[in-house]
Parts: sequence; structure tokens; C-alpha cells
Amino acid sequence: MYEFEYQKPKTLAAAADVLKKKKDAKLMAGGMTLIPTLKLRLAKLSHVVDLAGMKDLVGIKATKAGVTIGAMTTHGAVAASAAVKKAIPALAHLADGIGDPAVRNRGTIGGSISNNDPAADYPAGLVGLGATVVTTQRKIPADKFFLGMFETALKRGEIVKAVEFPIPKRAAYMKFPNPASRYAIVGVFVAETADGVRVAVTGAGGCVFRVPEMEAALAKKFAPESVVGVSIPTDGLNEDIHASAEYRAHLVTVMAKRAVAAAIGG
Amino acid sequence: MTDMSIGRAVKRTEDLRFITGKGHYLDDFSRPHQTYAAFVRSPHAHAEIKKINKTKALKVPGVVAVLTGDELAADKIGTLICGWVIKGKDGSPHKAPPHPALATKKVRYVGDHVAVVIGETLDAAKDGAEAVEVEYRTLPAAVDTASAHKPGQPQLHAEAPNNLCYDWEIGDRAKVDAAFSGAAHAVKLQFVNNRLVPNAIEPRAALADYDTGSGEFTLYTTSQNPHVARLVLSAFIGIAPEHKLRVIAPDVGGGFGSKIFIYAEETVALWAARKIGRPVKWTAERSESFVSDAHGRDHVTTAELATDKDGKFLAMRVNTVANLGAYLSTFASAVPTYLYATLLAGQYKTPLIYCDVQGVFTNTTPVDAYRGAGRPEATYVVERLVEEMAAKLKIAPDELRRRNFVQANEFPYTTPVIHQYDCGDFQRAQREALRVADVAGFAQRKADAKKRGKLRGLGYSSYIEACGIAPSAAVGSLGGGVGLWESATIRFNPTGNVSIHVGTHSHGQSHQTTFAQVVADRLGVPFESVEIVEGDTARTPFGMGTYGSRSAAVGLSAVSKAADKIVEKGKKIAGHLLEAAPQDIEFRDGKFRVMGTDKEVGIAQVAFAAYVPHNYPKDLEPGFEETAFYDPLNFSFPAGTHVAEVEIDPETGTTEIVNYSAVDDFGTIINPMIVEGQVHGGIVQGVGQALLEGAVYDADGQLASGSYMDYTMPRADNVPSFKVETIVVPSPLNPLGVKGCGEAGAIAAPAAVMNAVHDALRAVGVDKVEMPATPHRVWSAIRNAKKKAAK
Amino acid sequence: MDVNVSLTVNGKKVTGKAEPRTLLVQFLRETLGLTGTHVGCDTSQCGACVVHIDGVSVKSCTILAVQCEGKKVTTIEGLAKDGKLHPMQQAFHENHGLQCGFCTPGMIMSAVDLAKRNPKPSETEVREWLEGNICRCTGYHNIVKAIMAGAQASHDLKG
Ligand SMILES: Cc1cc2nc3c(=O)[nH]c(=O)nc-3n(C[C@H](O)[C@H](O)[C@H](O)COP(=O)(O)OP(=O)(O)OC[C@H]3O[C@@H](n4cnc5c(N)ncnc54)[C@H](O)[C@@H]3O)c2cc1C
Ligand code: FES
Ligand code: FES
Repeated sequence: MYEFEYQKPKTLAAAADVLKKKKDAKLMAGGMTLIPTLKLRLAKLSHVVDLAGMKDLVGIKATKAGVTIGAMTTHGAVAASAAVKKAIPALAHLADGIGDPAVRNRGTIGGSISNNDPAADYPAGLVGLGATVVTTQRKIPADKFFLGMFETALKRGEIVKAVEFPIPKRAAYMKFPNPASRYAIVGVFVAETADGVRVAVTGAGGCVFRVPEMEAALAKKFAPESVVGVSIPTDGLNEDIHASAEYRAHLVTVMAKRAVAAAIGG
Repeated sequence: MTDMSIGRAVKRTEDLRFITGKGHYLDDFSRPHQTYAAFVRSPHAHAEIKKINKTKALKVPGVVAVLTGDELAADKIGTLICGWVIKGKDGSPHKAPPHPALATKKVRYVGDHVAVVIGETLDAAKDGAEAVEVEYRTLPAAVDTASAHKPGQPQLHAEAPNNLCYDWEIGDRAKVDAAFSGAAHAVKLQFVNNRLVPNAIEPRAALADYDTGSGEFTLYTTSQNPHVARLVLSAFIGIAPEHKLRVIAPDVGGGFGSKIFIYAEETVALWAARKIGRPVKWTAERSESFVSDAHGRDHVTTAELATDKDGKFLAMRVNTVANLGAYLSTFASAVPTYLYATLLAGQYKTPLIYCDVQGVFTNTTPVDAYRGAGRPEATYVVERLVEEMAAKLKIAPDELRRRNFVQANEFPYTTPVIHQYDCGDFQRAQREALRVADVAGFAQRKADAKKRGKLRGLGYSSYIEACGIAPSAAVGSLGGGVGLWESATIRFNPTGNVSIHVGTHSHGQSHQTTFAQVVADRLGVPFESVEIVEGDTARTPFGMGTYGSRSAAVGLSAVSKAADKIVEKGKKIAGHLLEAAPQDIEFRDGKFRVMGTDKEVGIAQVAFAAYVPHNYPKDLEPGFEETAFYDPLNFSFPAGTHVAEVEIDPETGTTEIVNYSAVDDFGTIINPMIVEGQVHGGIVQGVGQALLEGAVYDADGQLASGSYMDYTMPRADNVPSFKVETIVVPSPLNPLGVKGCGEAGAIAAPAAVMNAVHDALRAVGVDKVEMPATPHRVWSAIRNAKKKAAK
Repeated sequence: MDVNVSLTVNGKKVTGKAEPRTLLVQFLRETLGLTGTHVGCDTSQCGACVVHIDGVSVKSCTILAVQCEGKKVTTIEGLAKDGKLHPMQQAFHENHGLQCGFCTPGMIMSAVDLAKRNPKPSETEVREWLEGNICRCTGYHNIVKAIMAGAQASHDLKG
């Protein structure tokens, strides 16, 4: 690791202030992405700004309309939350499949979505459920939040405070993990919501994306066989030593089918 | 017989320190005033070093020194060696180009050592390493195993034209060819034996100390064989005279072969420690381990088997190109030759075998022995051929094996490829394996799986291995540069407890427990009063170390011999104490007794008398300590049958191991709990090779699978629990009848699993999947078979 | 640049100097001499470094020492109480759940966290829980057995 200064501000305003003033400052939430990056000397920062002091960023609130999860809420807390399990079991299941227990004990929803790793799980959950990201400056619909590989709509100094999830009629997430890293080679989140069916795919491309053809087919009939015939084009899909674009495209269909089956079954 | 005797599942005495965090692994050691080393490593697979500029690095705060290969050479530090010279088809010795610990003119693989930076802190050393400016002229790289020796490839070493280290053969080609032309049936397979990264969880490390006063060096290192390290570092590399170099290998966190070798890092650490006059510590980070620990396997093979009309094996013909990496590592040359092709007979009476091997240099990390070393590759060849032949002949694969097994009454059995198997009972192991695996119920399980949309397959692997390396004369006649005997000193202390000093080294094998069991049993002393001393050249007799499942067969034989000597001497002392002739004394259960009387004296009293010789035979030396060296008469030949059962999800290509059963013959079992543990671990390494692990280089020679993010380590949820049993056919060739159990799992499992995978996939028209059979590969194979069928 | 870090380690209050970039594992091993916690990788995946922070398992290679200010850290050295092994340690010994021992401290610390949440984990649950703990020696067979037994024993102990 290169040297840096560590700060643990008490307020979001103070944190935002550091970020604005210091070009090479970065927020730290759970550190599960940031610290590995620093350890491998892939980043050189002047300041690490720890959000751990801000207790109001931690917690889960459930109402009839939806579930709000504070940015600093860990994956483990979401996975174990009775409220989430009741309202959106698919989301608890998604959180339970992120990394390993020790990672889930530290890693946060705010950190995960702000990082927007193309193989991360949460982006599929947010887009699949039509969630809204609440920041220090505004509310951003998930569809407009994830812009590209490791790229989000967040501006400099803008901090994620929470994510608001509407409660779907039914939903499920199916992940085909990378055998080595266990991130998603393909993860498909399918939800039947008040505003229609949403199918969000992570891992397959540079950034989470929706599959309108599947959504249309499922809107007609919410059944596994509806998506079987829908295959997505391979252009722009990721290719690496674990999976070709073709294989990923195939897995999108398979995981979508299984997600629909799970959504109906559970 | 006590609860601690040979054959009992004695709980390990080494556990207490490990489960309480009190072990002493290498990185736990520090020396006062120590410095830290960081290596500047080549980012290129192949390049000329034009210039190394240290100026900036030397200005980094906390940097103590920046040292390069030119300085190493100027100090007359020799290059790293390979200890086994292979003679090629034309009788010429293999090509062993210089392997400098720090590169001078050229770098030849990503991770090759270019310079070392010594810092007051690790961060300072790393900052310094980043600041070293190296100017490279990049060269095209030879990466692909199969084509490295073909014309037109980039050349690694002037000394090795066409990147060929050797072109070696075994067997009579003409006779084999003739047998093939007359054969009723033949199968031919081509496959890759995938390159693996050993990945002991403790990374390699070294802490070198030089005492300017005495001129003595101490090297703490993660070694499976500290004496060999000392010998090589002194005799060949010339760091220090042997008597001025002490090598200590403390608790070592797994080796699997990768910690046998003498590497650049410890060599440089020792040299640097003297140069700067302070201790130097280096601990690999995992990403360094990936590029700098010797890799394993990496063969491209064409193999053929011929049978008569009844499926009796007539001949086997094999060609293998073996990737040796950029330089010859310590035992690299022997692995794809004498440790591989000599096992191609397997458990069968194949009368004629021919194999030739081209050992090639490529711009990749050096390749050397990794758990099993040559024998997993051989087993894969034999057992894949047998399975495919069975499919072709429509004979059940277990039946085809039985038709060709060496029978229990045919030992000793000499194969056409050098080895003489001393004993075994292959039928019995197979029979038991069929029972344990419930092969009879397989058809039903397959049908059930089909209803769930899964493809179920069953695969066998009837393997044999040559362990207990090795009879020195045999090794010598085949080009080995060392003897492969083992040593042990049994020292009774005056108070009656016992220290056993041995040349082997335990890094997971549990010697502290099993060796104590043997000694306690043999000498009738309490198990708790036996201490095992290993891993320090200053405290142990010269020994060759632990690898090749040799510690029991060779190391314990030395212990056993030393125990014999102790008993002999004890009889003389006891005879004097009991006023009887030594030949009238018998020794049993820790007591020397005058035969036919109840006059007796305990071994502890004898020890006391030996050290406090107030009443002592005049013609006998005091002291109660004996050393024995044991050179084995032959290899030992553990063998058995493993049965893997898999289920494949054809939609995703995912393979799940649903059952895995093993029945092995390891000869006498000292401690069944520990033996089972060794088998479990080996199986998972084998499963790793079959389904998960593979080092992947891109065309430029960059290691694409250089971390756990991309190299799939087997995890707990990749495997089931196993059914492991043994049969016992004691080896007649060593005192305890042991054979060795450390590698069996890794040797047997790849073939068992891949035979099961092929069995499952045959139903959908797939005839070939390479290792590792990842979901992507399996899915692609199924899809291609479907496409072909549609045409 | 050094800052003071105060925390409770294995029940004892300790204060030590650390750079902001000092990882907890470095602080434990180098500053406090608690070398039972190991480092096996540089990508936060192997789990050799697992300790408990305020009672839950955390990879000490992926948290800064300064982040632990005021926290309670338990390492493998702090697991045995009054010279008596923790039931999970005992279970690893009884079931031969270790060979070289290098992964063991992290395995045990991780297993203790599981046992707290799930006193009767199934084999599948144990295997899934161990996603972040890599062992190269044992093939996991006996580790899984040990954890199932150890979880049960921890539970029985509490009654
Ligand atoms: C071994 C391992 C396995 C993993 N497996 C998975 C997996 O399977 N699936 C998966 O999805 N992820 C996985 N992860 C990543 C994990 O989920 C991380 O927790 C997550 O990506 C980042 O969250 P964090 O809280 O740790 O953020 P940090 O690492 O602290 O921060 C990540 C980035 O987000 C920024 N940031 C953090 N919080 C905020 C905020 N509130 N507002 C704005 N910016 C912010 C930071 O500045 C930083 O750039 C894995 C990680 C590890 C180490
Ligand atoms: S050292 Fe590997 S996860 Fe911490
Ligand atoms: S016991 Fe050696 S790594 Fe687990």
C-alpha cells in the first residue's frame, strides 16, 4: 500500500468536504473493494475517508410500500434481516450470495453500488427491482445510476445515503458464479413489480443491463418457458478465461428461466 | 500393544500449537536489525535487459541497497542447478542453460528476477523496487507447449536449439510398432495434462542471517528438505561452505513439491545478508507465488493402446511434450521422464510400451515436481486409454481392467518400463472399491438423475505409483545427482525420554505423531516421552527430506534400523547389568530380560546406566544414541482403485462430484486417521486438476490466472465427503512393510473424475473434454456435439 | 504519520503505533507479536487471517488497524479460556481437521462464528460457509466433520 491519510469524519457534510478539497481522496465503506485495491498498489490515494462513524447510514427500514437500506448496511445484515426476508426474499438471497461470510460482515450496499463492478450482484438487484438511490444531493433511479464499467451517476463529493426498494409481487435472483472469484459470471434478477416485469443482468456485460424482450415475454405470461426462446446478442458481452460471450449469452437465458421458476415457486 | 501403537488412530501431538496459534512458520521469525527484500520482477515473458538504473530507487527513504545480477555474478555466486541429468535418444545429456538467481542479460518469464531492493521496512523495499528503472527490449515469446520445439519459434537459450532440453525415450519402438500393426483393436487419444500452480497456503519465505564474527550463515526457509538446500547452496551455488551454513525449516505450511526446490529468492537473501551485513527477510505475496513457485504438470500427449480381440493389452505407444518452463528447476528433468514413463504399465500386464518425451523450454515459470510428480500424468494416460478402449470394445471398464491386471500371485512383476513391482493385490482393491462405491446401484442412480435432467457418469482409476524415492544406485544409473537414502538418530536422554533426529521434514504429514508411534512401539517407551526433531541442519543428521511419499517407506525405515541398533547396544548394557551374556538377553515391551528368567531391566534404566556408567562394561562406549542410514532396496508401489461419480447439468455444463470412493493399498498403516487425511487432501488436489485448476498463459506469456480471482482453488463446496478404505499388502522390502500414502489421491483422482465426466457425456455424443473440465468447457463440448449430430 | 491505535485484543487493552496504511493483521503480528493469525493471499480470499471483531468474523488482511480503534478483537490466541481449549479447537484436534496448520487459525475463527449463528449446521451449510477459507492440505473432509462436531459441542457447553 502507498501511504495515505486516514480520516473518520462525523458528518456527511464533513466527508463531502474532504472529497471536494482533496482530489485523491476516497470514501471507504466496508473496505472490501477499496483495501484489496490499495494492497495491490492499484490505487494511490491522499486520503481515505471512513464512513464508519455515521450511524444513520446503517439500518433497514421496512414499510408497506418498500424497504429502505442505509448505505453502510452490510451484506450480512441484509441477508439476515427478517424484514427483508419477508418483503423481498430475493434481495436477502442476493445479499447472502455475495462473497463469503467475512466479506459479508464488512462489505456494504453503498460501497457495492458505488463501485459498480461489472460482476457485482447488487446492481442487478437495484435495476431488477427498480430501486432508487438516495444520495446527499438527490434521488437517482437505478436505471440511471449504473452508467458503465465501474462508473456511476455519482458526482465528486456525492455520497450514497440509502437505497429505496419498492416491494415486488414476486422476484428471484439466480447467479452463475465465476468458479474462482465467485463474483457473477452471469446473474439475473427477475421481478414482477407494480410497474411491470423487470429483468436485470449483471456479469455478462460491462455494466448491468435490462432485457426488454424477456420483460415483454414475461409480461404476457410470467412463466419459465416465456424466456427460453429469448436469447441475447453476444455483442459487447464480456469474454475472459472463464467464459466466452456466447456462453454468457446462453447463461443469461438459463439463469433467467431459473429465476422465473424460483420467483413462481417461492 | 497400546493405544499409541502402530496401527492406531493416535491424535496428533503437533495439533496443540497449531490450533492455539502457537506454531512457528517462517514469517513468524524475525532477527534483530533485520531488513526486508522486494524483488524487481520481469513484466515481460521474454526481453533483453538493456539497462538497469538504480539511482531513483536508492533515493527512496529507507532503501538500504539495490542489487542486480551483474553484482551477483561478480561475487561469483553460481547459478541455480538441476540435479538430474537426462540422456536423450542419441545419448547426449540434456541441455541445462545457466539459471542465474538474478537475470543478467535476458529475462525469460514474467516474474523472472531482475534485481532485489533491500529496505528498512517492507514498504520501503517495495517503494524502492517500483523506482528501479529497467529498460527492456521485448522479444517474441514461446509459450505454447506443443509447438515450442517446432521450427520458427522464438528461442530461449543459445545452448538449447529449438528450445529442446531433451528428446528422451524408453522402450523398444520397433517392437511396439509391430504389435500395433498386428493388433485387433487400437485407441488413440490426444490430451493436455494441465499446468497447475501448487499453492501451499503458506507462501514461500526466507530469512537470511550472516554472522560477521563467526562467518556463519543461518537461513530460515520454507523447505521440505533443509539439508538438500544447504548442500545445493554451498556446493553448487557457492554461497558458503557447507559447515558454515545452517538451514532451518521450521513449521512449514504445506509444500506439495513446491518447497523442495532451491530458488532464486533464498539464494539472493543469503548473498544480500552478507553484502549489507544485516539479516534479510523475504516473504512471498500470493501474486509472487503464482509466478515464482515452480508449477506442475503441463504435458501435451498422444497416447495409443492396442489390444487383441478379447481386449488383452498388447502394446502402448505414447508421445509427450513436457513443458519445463524457462529454466530447469531442481528436479524438473526427471519428472516427465523417470517419474512418468516408468509408470505407464499401470496395474496391467501390457507387454510392450514405448514412450518418448520432448522436454521443452518456454517463456513461462519453471515447471517441476508437484504432488504426484509424473505419476498423475502417467495414470491419466493409462486410465483414460483403458476407459476409452472399454467403451470401444463395449466391455465394462472394470471387467477390461480385470482381464489385464497383474495377478496377486505374479509378484515380483517386472514391467517393460524398468520397475519391478514388489507386491500388490489389484483385484482385491478393485473388488472392495466396487463395493464401497456401490457400483451395482449406479444404473438406478443414473436413471434417477436423468429424470432430474442431469447426466450421471461413473469413472475408475486403478493407479499405481512408485514411492519411497529411492534406491540410490538406481537413481544414479538413471542420471540422478544425489543418493536418496534417509537417516535417523535415536538419542536416549539419561532420564529415559527419547529424541529422534531425522532428515525428513513434516509440513502437514504428521511425523511428530507417526514417528513417535513407531519408536514407542519398537522401544517400548511411552509415546509421550518421544520427541521428533526435524528441519534444522544443525540438529539433525544429513537427510534428503520429504517428498515422493518417502518419509514412511525410507525415513521410518531408517528410524527402524536405528531402533535395531539401540536394542543391540541395550542388550550389551543390560547383559552386564543382569550378569548375562548379551546373546541371552531378549528385548520386549521396553524391557531387556534374561531369556527364560524373570531377571529384567527397563530400557530407561539401561539409558541411565549408559550415561552414568558407574557400573558399566569395560569394552563398551558410554552413551545411548544410535544413527542409521537407510537406502531402500526398491521403490514401494502403493496402488488402488478410486471410483468417482459425477452429475453434470447439461444446461450450464456444471459438474458436481456426487460420490467419491477410494480403496488403496499403502502396505502397513501406522496411523489410519492420518493416512485418510492424506488421501482426502490428495483427492481434492486431483479433483482440482480435473475440474477447477489450470494455469493459463496468454500468447504474450502473461499469466492470465495469476491470483485466486482467476485460478480456481478447490473450496469446501466443490467436493463431497469421501469414502476411503484400505487393504493391506505389506511391502516385503522394508522393515515396517509401509508403502507411502501422500500422493495417491492426487495421482488417482484426475483420471477417475475425467473418466466419470466422459462416461456421463458419452450419452450426449461428446467424446472429449480437456482438464480442467470447467462448466464452460463442458457446455461447449455438449453444444459442439449437438451441432455435429445435427449436420 | 504514525497514529496511536487503542483496542482490546483477547480481553486486554492495548495501544500501539500504526501507520494509517497498517493492516490489522500486520498490527497483530508485528506490533503485538500475535503471529497465530496468518496471511495466505493478497486478494482477500484465503481466510488464513480471519479474526473476530466485536464478535463477528473479519479478514484481518482487509481492514486497517486504525479502523479497529476502540473495538474488541479476538484472535486464535484468545480462543482458549483458562487453559481450556475452545470446543471448536478441541473438535479440530479430535477430527484431524488440520495438517500443516497454516489455514487452521482462520478456519477455526470462521467456524466459531458459524457455530454462534447456527449450532447445528448441516454439511452443506458448513461447506458453503467456508467459501472464504481455503485449505490446500485436508481436502476439507475432516474440517467439515470437525466444524459440525465443534458447533454441537459449543452449543452443548452453553446448554
Ligand atoms: C473475497 C471477496 C469476494 C467478493 N465477492 C463478491 C461477490 O460475489 N459479489 C459482489 O457483488 N461483490 C463481491 N465482493 C465485493 C464486496 O461486495 C464489496 O463489499 C463491495 O464491492 C464494496 O463494498 P464496501 O462497502 O466494501 O466498499 P469499499 O470497498 O469501502 O468502497 C468501494 C468503493 O465505493 C466507494 N464508496 C463506498 N461507500 C460509498 C458511499 N456511501 N457513497 C459513495 N461512494 C462510496 C468507495 O470510495 C470505493 O470507491 C467481494 C469482495 C471480496 C473481498
Ligand atoms: S490473507 Fe488471504 S484472506 Fe486475508
Ligand atoms: S492444513 Fe494446510 S492449508 Fe489447511
